[in-house]
Amino acid sequence: MRRGAKMVPFGGWLMPVQYTSIVEEHRAVRNNIGIFDISHMGQLIVSGPAAAGWLNTMLTNNIDKLGLGQGQYTFLLNERGGIIDDLIAYRIGDEKFLLVVNASRTEEDFTWLDRHRGSDVELKDRTADFAGVAIQGPRVVELFQALLGDNVDLPPRNHIVDFKLDDMPLSIARTGYTGEDGVEVFFRAQDAAKFWNSVLDKGDKFGIKPCGLGARDTLRLEMCYPLNGSDLSPERNPIEAGLGFFVDLTKPKFTGREVLLKMKENGTPHKLAAFRMEGKVPPPRPHYPVFNNGERVGEVTSGTLSPSLNYGIGMAYVSASHAKIGSNIQIEIRGQKFPATIEKKPLYKKS
Amino acid sequence: MNVPDDLLYTETHEWIKREGDNVRVGITDHAQSELTDVVYVDLPKMDRQANAREAIAVVESVKAASDIYAPVKGKVVEVNKALEADPGLINREPFGQGWIFVLKIDNADDLKQLKDAGTYKKQIG
Repeated sequence: MRRGAKMVPFGGWLMPVQYTSIVEEHRAVRNNIGIFDISHMGQLIVSGPAAAGWLNTMLTNNIDKLGLGQGQYTFLLNERGGIIDDLIAYRIGDEKFLLVVNASRTEEDFTWLDRHRGSDVELKDRTADFAGVAIQGPRVVELFQALLGDNVDLPPRNHIVDFKLDDMPLSIARTGYTGEDGVEVFFRAQDAAKFWNSVLDKGDKFGIKPCGLGARDTLRLEMCYPLNGSDLSPERNPIEAGLGFFVDLTKPKFTGREVLLKMKENGTPHKLAAFRMEGKVPPPRPHYPVFNNGERVGEVTSGTLSPSLNYGIGMAYVSASHAKIGSNIQIEIRGQKFPATIEKKPLYKKS
Repeated sequence: MNVPDDLLYTETHEWIKREGDNVRVGITDHAQSELTDVVYVDLPKMDRQANAREAIAVVESVKAASDIYAPVKGKVVEVNKALEADPGLINREPFGQGWIFVLKIDNADDLKQLKDAGTYKKQIG
């Protein structure tokens, strides 16, 4: 395998989990810059005169707030308010939207949307036509000046803009999953190797490193960004997950609205809480049970040793009464209970 | 990849060094490079009896926890306490300071079940 990548199956794709070391790749993104292959992510195009109105009934955030070239984080819910997928919706034309969705959910999202759309909305799965990379880290602006020229400005946060590099059309979105400044770039699948290599060449002097899924996971977990399939599922809703900010309950109608409205009014029995381990103990992992004074109060959904903080961190669904910041909990690891504390999100703050 | 000729090996990537009636056990260079970034080691309890291929220690990297197996039947007579403070020793010196435990073996004949360096090299390709 070139560059020593270790490959694992992920969402139906063969993906690099790491190129050198998760810790080294993680630090490259926090201190300099890293590049991730995100070609596995799905791209759905929704268009037509009724597209915006219809998407507003399918997704939780308010699509009417999007100007041309602007994106927003949003959820696709089932009728019980459970999360089918979390995604970013961009307005890329007056009546045209790009949905960037999770690899493992692309087919399911498409099927769900296709089943619910009217004949006045067009839906296309363009996943196979596009490749993508995330380029993340504090030196991303310098890198793009070297790549595209000094006079080129990256789009503002959450915006997407079209560029051209040599003969390669690029869509550059100022977004990411690491907590650092960065972009996600989409291009034609046939340009993938050429674009990847030109970024690595130009990025060399900025300390760029190719990064795998391992570092992507530790970086996003330090920021408490949820991972669908681990922290989110059809049995969990955005209010429990602490992501109500991306749900516009003032919209008159969207799938799952009634359930979320009730949750918001009555409170949720469980909450997705962030925690840190105390002392030198094993790192937390998904599915470890969470206790409070001998009573089982939840389950870990994501966990790792934080390369930035150098202690164990994680997220867990915990009974609401034990989810308050500062609460003491215990994580059971191989039959033994270890102390942990509920912390404020994000777990990592840039100094 | 370093595979010293004077050691024995298991299918599960432990190395074994004979020291009289004892064997010293660690994980191979190949194993540490697959795991990378070892951040925690659960050492076996002193004096515990272990059967061959019984999981008695855990090595945790950033991405996963991996069981470490007793290569042969025996009793734990030494554990590497240095790993508690510096688990990265496993990455830096897998065949040296990164050893994990010492077993007093029941029957030296059991060692015949283990692989020599040549066979292990073939296994990891």
